[in-house]
Amino acid sequence: MSNYHTKSVTELSAMLQTGEVSSVELTRFFLDRIKNCDEKLNSFITVCEGLALAQAKESDERLKAGNAPALTGVPIAHKDIFCTRGVKTSCASKMLDNFISPYDATVVTNMRAAGVVMLGKTNMDEFAMGSSNETSYYGTVKNPWNLKAVPGGSSGGSAAAVSARLAPAATGTDTGGSIRQPAAFCGITGIKPTYGRVSRFGMIAFASSLDQAGPMGQSASDCALLLNAMAGFDEKDSTSIEKEVPDYSADLNKPLDGLRIGLPKEYFAHAEGGMNPEVEAVINAALEQYKAMGAELVEIELPNSGLSVPVYYVVAPAECSANLSRFDGVRYGYRCEDPKDLNDLYTRSRGEGFGAEVKRRIMVGAYALSSGYYDAYYLKAQQLRHLISDDFKKAYEQVDVIMAPATPETAFNIGEKSDDPISMYLSDIFTIAVNLAGIPAMSIPVGFAKGMPVGMQIMGNYFEEARLLNVAHQYQQVTDWHSRLPEEFKS
Amino acid sequence: MSFATENWEVVIGLEIHAQLATKSKIFSGASTAYGAEPNTQTSVVDIALPGVLPVLNKEAVHMAVKFGMAIGAEVADRSVFARKNYFYPDLPKGYQISQFDLPIVGRGSVDIELENGETKTIGVTRAHLEEDAGKSLHEDFAGMTGIDLNRAGTPLLEIVSEPDMRSAKEAVAYMRKIHSLVQYIGICDGNMQEGSFRCDANVSVRPRGQKEFGTRAELKNINSFRFVERAINIEVERQIDLIEDGGTVVQETRLYDSVKNETRSMRSKEEANDYRYFPDPDLLPVIITEEYRQQVRGELPELPDQKKKRYMDELGLSAYDAGVITSSLALSSYFEKVVQKTGDAKLSANWITGELSARLNREEIEIDKSNVDAEAFSLLLARIKDNTISGKIAKDVLDAMWNGDGSADEVIESKGLKQITDTSAIEAYVDEVIAKNPAQFEELKSGKDKMMGFFVGQVMKMSQGKANPAQVNELIRSKMK
Repeated sequence: MSNYHTKSVTELSAMLQTGEVSSVELTRFFLDRIKNCDEKLNSFITVCEGLALAQAKESDERLKAGNAPALTGVPIAHKDIFCTRGVKTSCASKMLDNFISPYDATVVTNMRAAGVVMLGKTNMDEFAMGSSNETSYYGTVKNPWNLKAVPGGSSGGSAAAVSARLAPAATGTDTGGSIRQPAAFCGITGIKPTYGRVSRFGMIAFASSLDQAGPMGQSASDCALLLNAMAGFDEKDSTSIEKEVPDYSADLNKPLDGLRIGLPKEYFAHAEGGMNPEVEAVINAALEQYKAMGAELVEIELPNSGLSVPVYYVVAPAECSANLSRFDGVRYGYRCEDPKDLNDLYTRSRGEGFGAEVKRRIMVGAYALSSGYYDAYYLKAQQLRHLISDDFKKAYEQVDVIMAPATPETAFNIGEKSDDPISMYLSDIFTIAVNLAGIPAMSIPVGFAKGMPVGMQIMGNYFEEARLLNVAHQYQQVTDWHSRLPEEFKS
Repeated sequence: MSFATENWEVVIGLEIHAQLATKSKIFSGASTAYGAEPNTQTSVVDIALPGVLPVLNKEAVHMAVKFGMAIGAEVADRSVFARKNYFYPDLPKGYQISQFDLPIVGRGSVDIELENGETKTIGVTRAHLEEDAGKSLHEDFAGMTGIDLNRAGTPLLEIVSEPDMRSAKEAVAYMRKIHSLVQYIGICDGNMQEGSFRCDANVSVRPRGQKEFGTRAELKNINSFRFVERAINIEVERQIDLIEDGGTVVQETRLYDSVKNETRSMRSKEEANDYRYFPDPDLLPVIITEEYRQQVRGELPELPDQKKKRYMDELGLSAYDAGVITSSLALSSYFEKVVQKTGDAKLSANWITGELSARLNREEIEIDKSNVDAEAFSLLLARIKDNTISGKIAKDVLDAMWNGDGSADEVIESKGLKQITDTSAIEAYVDEVIAKNPAQFEELKSGKDKMMGFFVGQVMKMSQGKANPAQVNELIRSKMK
């Protein structure tokens, strides 16, 4: 029995390049694994068997011809938020259940150009709105570490699939923590790059000024390889930044001597919605490890971090309320039966096509933008956003990276918070400020609390992804949390 | 109109939508060409598929800046695109990308000429870039509506005036001025039939002497100069009648029905949408540098007012003729072609502003659709200049040319209109007229100069207008000796 699922992308890439394994063999292996295991997890919305095998075959030819890029033949999964030509792209919504995209997202194009094979499209919260994957039209995804627990969201399908090694790696998107929180809940490594580093073209928009795509994998070194392929300026995305992409793998082995790690005191306070003591113990142990590796811990202040959740829940819904207006039943997607007039077509198509959380956010957003409320909500939120960014800018004058838990607690149980949106929103309390500021951040597994993975968040200054990956990789060189597999998915 | 001038003052502001003459759309690479099969000029961006993003067409920005420069406006260092949210089937994204509180072009002005020859300055409040919507097709689809998104995403410059106009005529003069300006600077083809140039008119009335504006109605989407004038006048009449009958004008959007010549309410202010404008996070602010402004200023061609001055100073045209001719780029280029051929600016101007314009106006066609082109027209004038025909005959020749009877020479030839310059032939007519009117001839000789006109007229009549009037005059005088 092969054990390809225990191999990292870095290892699989080497095996493919040397011909130790073919892409078709590897792709078949993971397709089988999905077939056998995903009933328990529900991490995929669509599995592209035929397409994946065709791409694998093509990859094998490229490998044979020589000079194939590093990721050639490596199978991965894409979050179902990325448009994929000829393949259903649902964003986990009934609204797009019938939508076959006629074009590829830039991320998909870039990854394919780098040689990866697409296994399928992963489950997520509907339109990326959620922190537990419970808002998906296709049902909740289960956490591989405890099938009663949520995998986090919104990239919960990608996190669960990688955690259970149904795919060696996957793509995700992060608007308020949607890569980092599920990565933490499922014990994997994920990075949200600087806003503008990865093209948003073809990525179905939730909140345009916050959305950013990034890789989710087993390790920092895998994420570096994947980010090399994903990142770059795209003329189709006006907010993508024309800045050279460094080789993210190049600096992974730099020693951490003298690294100054900032610990925001607001994140470590024992306030309501604050850190769970067991999580804190794991985090502290990881910080001790960094100290042992030569880093210095510095207490810092992010005085406006308390504003993050309220600011986010004005900005994100406001943008989403306009972004989701195109789903109107007119040109594609869900259309209600027998509309009696235009108004009926709109109200029923949207009323029936969107789930409750999506509707809640559209309404909140439309309200915040309404005449007479705009100044008090949207404009004020944008002003506060500057204060939050300034906090980080000041902090990076003192320190190289900032560390904090990715989430206040480990994965909660399915259904536990689904009736309480506020408590659900608070599970993103540590991740949201990063999106508002636009800085890069990642989550890496640093241990377990009551048997569930704990994620450490590492935040960096603008465009310092390489530094983050280096800091994470060094830790992963001396620990093995990242290579642990959930019991049920070991074999 | 008397009803407006006695007790009431009319206040008008216009919002003109000029379609920019870019090859591709404002936020996508799809073509903007008019008249293609429905939905064939649409990219994934224009139909608003999930995940697509707008990318600003730099040429549209260039054109907007050019307009700003041409009206002496402030061109903003930083302008911002905003989303205007509303649902309509021909608006694929559910919002229109427009500019709201930070438009690209700020305050400027244009001068218009009033009927009494005076010049009036009309303020332009702002001009902003936005995308056009698609079209809803209600015919051909029984009980359903067809959507054509070819026009969706076509760049528009919305030019908003101050409420500076005081009559429908002024509004038309202003609209014509903007119409000519956008064509001069090459940013709009000005084609009103195809909807490339259209306007909304904000109309209100107030008792003369009152400072505050009256409540205004907005007349939507008027696409011809004639309709603008009619629509405003009929709306003014409606408002005055309403107020004089004890009613009040409500703020609302009204539609002008050119067939019934009336305006109808579309929606009141209460029903108006809350557009929930906010800055579009998909687009960066547009930054215009001083260098760029200078570069664009340098690209500006001769503008109508400059051209008018040149025609007066260098070609000796009257202010009226120069104003009429420069009011349209097409007309002035027609004029310049004719002058080049005839070498006579005044004659050309007289004939173009007079006889040619009269025919164009009668048939309501623009100069570029004229039945007689500049080449043919200059040949007609050449025949006046070389005395082949008189001015009077030339009018008939022009009519024939207008009706497609051939070139000036062909018409003159086929109809035998060639002016008689043969002195002996004319002399025969003169002698005959004198012989028939001996008493009158005596009067003429005794110093009654008025009789000269009678004799010339008689000779011209006898020659069917073909005798050269100057020669006739001369011959009669020689007979008086």
